[in-house]
Amino acid sequence: MKLKDFIVSDAIVGDLQAQDRDGVIRELVTSLAAGGALPADAVDEVVAALVKRESNGSTGFGKGVAVPHVKHAKVKKMAGTIGRSATGIDFSALDHQPVYSVVLLLSPENSPQQHLQAMNIVFSNLQKDMFRRFLRQSDTRDKIVDLLDEADQGK
Amino acid sequence: MAKVSQDIVVSNKLGLHARPAMQFVDTANGFSSTITVVKGGEEPGEADGKSVMQMIILAAVEGTPLQINADGEDADTAVKALAELFESKFGEED
Repeated sequence: MKLKDFIVSDAIVGDLQAQDRDGVIRELVTSLAAGGALPADAVDEVVAALVKRESNGSTGFGKGVAVPHVKHAKVKKMAGTIGRSATGIDFSALDHQPVYSVVLLLSPENSPQQHLQAMNIVFSNLQKDMFRRFLRQSDTRDKIVDLLDEADQGK
Repeated sequence: MAKVSQDIVVSNKLGLHARPAMQFVDTANGFSSTITVVKGGEEPGEADGKSVMQMIILAAVEGTPLQINADGEDADTAVKALAELFESKFGEED
């Protein structure tokens, strides 16, 4: 599995406008809906599920990245997007540092294996210092798409 | 100092996703021993049991054999506590 198998390029946000966690989640889910990955009328429900999940335990795993994710009945096909914040967002991260890169992942119900594979490829890349640094510096959708292409090619 | 190992199989349906991975790491961090988790099966791997990212990268689905290893003074209680998490299916389901 590759990042671009489930990251919806059109939904990537190079310069997040929201300044807080819940706002970022809404901005990214709205972008996924606009990109056709989710019905527009499901946005509110999916945002609420993600916020609830995040409140139960932060997906800010440290090093400036957060990976909010949820399984939801309204999601028919696994889809993800990436948002970059110039200012940093308080995600109640494990290391108490602001989050600059958010990878948001929506999975259908009843496909835990696919979900774990997607998380595997996301974290395999996020664990690399170079990938995190480039992602944080990529301030447009096109730059992020290029970075994903390079990551998928194993560069 | 002691080294202790225990083999377990992931038995919760959702596998070792983010929440159980974090629960495991939280528990592991309560011990001074070094904790590693070795994944068997078709795509073997190894993770630092105190790193959430590494544990998630294991992508251990239901049915995956894992070996929990601890090395240190509290290795015995650490392995018992960590194996217990898998036995209780991390409080999930069914």
